[in-house]
Amino acid sequence: MAEASLPIPADARPRLPRGVRLVHNEAQGGWVLLAPERVFKADAIAAEIVKRCTGDATLETIVDDLAKTFNAPRERILADVTVMLRGLADKKLLEL
Amino acid sequence: MAGNGSAPLHSPLGLLAELTHRCPLGCPYCSNPLTLDPRDSELDTQIWARVFVEAAALGVLQVHLSGGEPGARRDLIDLMAAAHNAGLYTNLITSAVGITSETLRKLADAGLDHVQISIQDSERGRADHIAGYDGAFARKQALAADVVSLKIPLTVNVVVHRANIDRIAEMVSLALGLGASRVEIAHVQYYGWALRNRPMLMPTAKQVVRAAESVEHLRQQHHGEIVIDAVVPDYFARLPKPCVGGWGRRSLNVTPSGKVLPCHAAESIPGLEFWSVHEHSLAEIWENSPAFNAFRGTDWMTEPCRSCERRDIDFGGCRCQAFALTGDARATDPVCHLAPSHEAVAALATVQEDAPYAYRRM
Repeated sequence: MAEASLPIPADARPRLPRGVRLVHNEAQGGWVLLAPERVFKADAIAAEIVKRCTGDATLETIVDDLAKTFNAPRERILADVTVMLRGLADKKLLEL
Repeated sequence: MAGNGSAPLHSPLGLLAELTHRCPLGCPYCSNPLTLDPRDSELDTQIWARVFVEAAALGVLQVHLSGGEPGARRDLIDLMAAAHNAGLYTNLITSAVGITSETLRKLADAGLDHVQISIQDSERGRADHIAGYDGAFARKQALAADVVSLKIPLTVNVVVHRANIDRIAEMVSLALGLGASRVEIAHVQYYGWALRNRPMLMPTAKQVVRAAESVEHLRQQHHGEIVIDAVVPDYFARLPKPCVGGWGRRSLNVTPSGKVLPCHAAESIPGLEFWSVHEHSLAEIWENSPAFNAFRGTDWMTEPCRSCERRDIDFGGCRCQAFALTGDARATDPVCHLAPSHEAVAALATVQEDAPYAYRRM
């Protein structure tokens, strides 16, 4: 869908809605996002992004933090994070 | 590890906890077995609590508290707390009848993560007729409102069959109006009571085509508003469903009396030896019970499954359906277009009868 790449306001404070949570589980081999009747495996990068979606941090802060932590270009991080968060929001796994 | 030598043993992800077979509704499409577990055989609170702890230790992430109607259990709140305290994501699958506003609030405090409410139709009279229970529709609307007001995510489950399949759009509208974030369009699967009522429930081919178009349209219309999950109805499909994500691979089911099954219809296959939580831990059952190992991996398969490139994708389809329709649980699920008996399934899909339903009763 075209909406997947719509920009997200820099001051948005993304958060997991009630009923969605990120957990680490050895038996399942790492990070998983638990949602209503669904389970999504989260790779290390997805987990780093979702962990920061606390409802407190703004998108701007999250992207700055990720750019610093992974020593990566901010523009690139912003683009990747936007695609991922939009995708999660479309699946009702994230509130923007 | 067990697993027929051809595949590593996975950890299960989900546990279907059938707390009771008691249910105030009588839906003729119920997939519970015709012989229901009586109340005096039900597991007590302590055993369920142990099962939840063992499930979490085995790697299970989500528990689906179901039945029958879980609200028929007087200890439901304690069971919810036990599941939550074991670290499980808790899903309540309910008809809404028997869960009051107060019960729901206590369940939420005890750690309820998500609620699934079934609806039978978009219109009260028709819905209550299918449920075999006057007032069920109103009760469902009231509970849905309570769930949403507590900010608990809500899934509306709609079981679709000939009498309601033409109103999928109306039922999705109803789900949206109730504040659901997800709606499941679940075509009847013919096990248990549904198998008995098959000719009364079977949609026509035309209806099925229209339903698929309707779902596609609704998904576009409501993109981002509500998640619409739907699957092609078995008897009209070309490829079988990867039933329960593969036998003994992703999930397990504990019956009200404590038998542990690879899927909720598994008892319909004769000759399988099921173990009980009364005698074994869940880990022992998962690894070693004969029923779980019966159809793990691919060694058990017959042709055309054995050499099929999709054998690790759909796992030969559904064992219970293969048995119900061919008499051989090792046969290719006859829903598959490659199965020798596929024509027979196509023929069954043309059998519609307008006789009264055989309602599910204890």
